[in-house]
Amino acid sequence: MRLALILLVAAVALTGVAPARAATQSDFETAYRAAAEAERQAGVLRNQWTPTETALKAAEKAAATKDYDAAVDLARRAQALAEASIDQAKDQDKLWQNAVLK
Amino acid sequence: MRMAIAAIGRRAAACLVLLLALVLPPASAEQRSDPAADQRAFQAYFRKAFPSVGLNDFANGPYAVDKDMRKQWEEIMQFPPYDFALDDGKKLFETPFKNGKTYADCFPQKGIGIRQNYPYFDRQTGEVVTLDLAINRCREKNGETPLAYQVGDMAAIDAYMASTSRGKPFAIEIPDDPRALAAYEEGKKFFYARRGQLNFSCASCHVQAAGKRLRGDILAPALGILASFPIYRSDWGSMGTVDRRFISCNEQVRSVAFKPEDALYRDLEYFLSYMSNGVAIAGPGTRP
Repeated sequence: MRLALILLVAAVALTGVAPARAATQSDFETAYRAAAEAERQAGVLRNQWTPTETALKAAEKAAATKDYDAAVDLARRAQALAEASIDQAKDQDKLWQNAVLK
Repeated sequence: MRMAIAAIGRRAAACLVLLLALVLPPASAEQRSDPAADQRAFQAYFRKAFPSVGLNDFANGPYAVDKDMRKQWEEIMQFPPYDFALDDGKKLFETPFKNGKTYADCFPQKGIGIRQNYPYFDRQTGEVVTLDLAINRCREKNGETPLAYQVGDMAAIDAYMASTSRGKPFAIEIPDDPRALAAYEEGKKFFYARRGQLNFSCASCHVQAAGKRLRGDILAPALGILASFPIYRSDWGSMGTVDRRFISCNEQVRSVAFKPEDALYRDLEYFLSYMSNGVAIAGPGTRP
């Protein structure tokens, strides 16, 4: 039994499963900066999405209440959405022609 | 012997390249815009898709393609909900500015019966000018503050001016000016390019799904879609301009909308209006 417990602890240690560290303000700022930059680029392409804006605002709101775990999650979500909108704009820059009535 | 064969091969290859260059158009020519051809294809598509709808009836959007909705519309039109705006618009249009001048002083034909010519391409400024933009420029030129673009007095003045053009077919011109063609192309691209998290283009609804249901709505065909503007929309409970419609469409597909009269919206209006050349103005109109 004792051996099994030791092995379990060792396995957990080896696989890197450890209690998650709470996000800090600095983590939020890093995540938010990346998201805001992606959204800025989407703006240059004139293709921003409303859910990105919503996620960015929600991230700010969570950070204001010092809920940095939620703030980081929301900022990362905003970044993913902004990157998807950038991809859409780049794809559609050529693909739109396929839809033209001929 | 081998050298001779190789030389013949090289010559044949050179001839083939020359022949292809003569026969095939350059890549850029493929993308060169031909608005007249676009318009023919655009109108032919809708005439084929809705063979029983007359050209002018396309101005009535969903009411032209759905019998039940048409019945409801005919009843609504016994007391058109835009009538109040129309009265207000006439009053506003005729009321002099502080300097004594009126809107009539800013427009050709004193502003009467000209809606079908808007938007137009202004060669001096190199931009597309919509009727609403011209209304606000008129105000500013006469020392008045510009109106909000989407609702209220702007929609009312727009409604009155449109009413004086009823029955006159859209007659949008694209002058022989590369800037005009570029604006047309931008509008065309905006119409066909997908945007927003829902990945919809204007064409997704108003070409590919025209006449079909989207939840409770029947989607209007893109042909003639702007001929009834401004509109009283029951969903809004008030009048709205083309800008209001573009902005709400963009928001519905979860795209961040642009400001009213953004160059892209003006280009889109230019493209769509040109596609509808020949459809008679029927504004102001109503929509569900």
